[in-house]
Amino acid sequence: MRYYKVNLEQTSIRELNQQLHTLQEHDSCWQINHPNGGHNIAVGLRQAAQIEIYGSVGYYCGGLNQHADLTIYGHAGAGVAENILSGSVRIHGNVAQYAAASGQGGLVVIDGDASARCGIAMKGVDIVVKGSVGYMSAFMAQQGHLVIGGDADEGLGESLYDAVIFIAGHAEGLGQGCVELPMDEARLSTLQQLLARAEFALPASRFRCYGPLRHRLNPTPIMAEMQDMA
Amino acid sequence: MSGIDARHLVSASAMFSLEVQQAIHRAAETGTVAIQGLGVSRPVPHFDELVFLGAGLVRRPVEACGEGCKTNVTLGTRHAQRPIQLARPITLAGMSYGAVGYNAKQTLCLAAARSGTSLTTGEGGITDLERQSNGAIIYQLTPGRSGLHPDDLCHAAALEIVVSQGARPGGGGLLPAAKVNERVSQQRRLPPNTAMYSAARHPDWLDADELSLKIRELRELTDWQIPILVKLGATRVAEDVTLAVKAGADVIVLDGMQAGTGSSPSVFVEHVGIPTVAAIRQAVEALQALGLHREVQLVVSGGIRNGADAAKALALGADAVSIGTAALMAIGCNRPIYNFDYHKLGTEAGACHHCHTGRCPVGITTHDVQLEARLDVEAEAEHLQNFLQVMTLEIQALAEACGKRHVLHLEPEDLVALSVEAAAMAKVPLAGTHWIPGV
Repeated sequence: MRYYKVNLEQTSIRELNQQLHTLQEHDSCWQINHPNGGHNIAVGLRQAAQIEIYGSVGYYCGGLNQHADLTIYGHAGAGVAENILSGSVRIHGNVAQYAAASGQGGLVVIDGDASARCGIAMKGVDIVVKGSVGYMSAFMAQQGHLVIGGDADEGLGESLYDAVIFIAGHAEGLGQGCVELPMDEARLSTLQQLLARAEFALPASRFRCYGPLRHRLNPTPIMAEMQDMA
Repeated sequence: MSGIDARHLVSASAMFSLEVQQAIHRAAETGTVAIQGLGVSRPVPHFDELVFLGAGLVRRPVEACGEGCKTNVTLGTRHAQRPIQLARPITLAGMSYGAVGYNAKQTLCLAAARSGTSLTTGEGGITDLERQSNGAIIYQLTPGRSGLHPDDLCHAAALEIVVSQGARPGGGGLLPAAKVNERVSQQRRLPPNTAMYSAARHPDWLDADELSLKIRELRELTDWQIPILVKLGATRVAEDVTLAVKAGADVIVLDGMQAGTGSSPSVFVEHVGIPTVAAIRQAVEALQALGLHREVQLVVSGGIRNGADAAKALALGADAVSIGTAALMAIGCNRPIYNFDYHKLGTEAGACHHCHTGRCPVGITTHDVQLEARLDVEAEAEHLQNFLQVMTLEIQALAEACGKRHVLHLEPEDLVALSVEAAAMAKVPLAGTHWIPGV
């Protein structure tokens, strides 16, 4: 594995992204220092790589990520890991609004709190927020899971389609179409796997499960898929 | 009838016309909002109210034989390394796979590639057909973000961020459940037979400042290679265009209220936005105020039906036009065949706007296997190629008559208006006068 060290006080974000986009080898390791809240860092990665960013980042860090694993040792601005398809983005801090918006796959772990619209329009991504989330989180969420260790502000799961939400704290208000679902064996197993992948020590027994009314009435193919995973 | 004066029975109300009464009855009986396809159905000021002056002694025409008028257009010259080169100033507008069926998509793909123009994807991601197309594909980023894949974005000729559509500025999209078959549901990650309501706003940016960051993200993703278009429904045009350009757009796509839709609430289609002819001059003046007219290109859509409409849009300052409904008509929309199926929908050929039902009699806006089979892809692609060629010839003929050697040399001075309204909106003189209302 090759190691790269980039100082964003000396290298531009454009140069960094260009290098990351033209990577030939798999599984390289990158240490990125002094991001200084810069926007669009490590956007559109297509190769497996370990990216460690030391400091806080601005908008859209790790956006449209495929295969790479990013770790941010700091806070992240709006739209972190937006439309992620695979790989992972871990933030050892808080994140602004739209975290993992329209994400289609992969894992996003947020150690702190997430602002409004976390997981908005998510389409398959798994999101674990160890703290609390802002209003309208999982708005119009189509597929995937949102795990919330803390509380959720108003409008949680508004107009969601097939996504499933696990929350340990208090939900200030559920959005239209979002209802509590029984924590059956399959859902519990899914939650336990997500907590393990996120290295989140909170017991699964502390969580409740929410999802679309349709799942309470009639399990969908998506739910059947979850049962297979279990 | 004794005691009733029959003369009173025939005085219909202008206020409560038959259409208004029927709409009230329908709403009262169903409790649902009316949905329609195509576009605005009532008359609004349009290009028909403008005419070209042509040439005489003051202006000398260009000879079509020997001299000729060029039609090539380049879009996206502001920032992109690879601008789009078009053979003609006509592009095919975004029509989603979902709103139209697979065969219709294939037809549009073939015709665009063979005609040297671009096809825009529409909501719902990109199909294999578009992926394999030899032509220029413009990938739309819509609020729904269905099927969005960065590899497709990087292989596209350009990206188009849809802020709003002319048919419903401020409203989200609707794909009726009848159109969400297995393939569409997989592409959009929806349960089958479930209606998809798209958000009215993008999920990861809200205002013009954030749009500028979003545009930069997309440039980073695509290594600054391809143009980024911003599509705006025509509302507060001058302000929106200014903000979009300041946010970094390479091209503005301006969609007037006559623009088509696969499925939208009638109240939106008929009552929101401003006519295309009114929007163009506002956009051009905004670009001129920024010193960027022609450097940021302007593509105009919304009710462009023929070469005359297109030429008038160019004369008012557009760099190209985009056609949607007219393209679908060229491949058979509302063609008087399969009349029994029009009747089943409660309509007839020539008046059908029932795209939202998924029961298109000519196989365009449907996923029904039997209906789709009615669309002969090769034959209809040729029809659309013909139509694009005729439009191009018409634009050339008008430009030559105005003494232009390139269609982009057409200018407002070549036009006059037939109505006070059109004169005021297009800011050209009322025919036979020097009067431009409001100027």
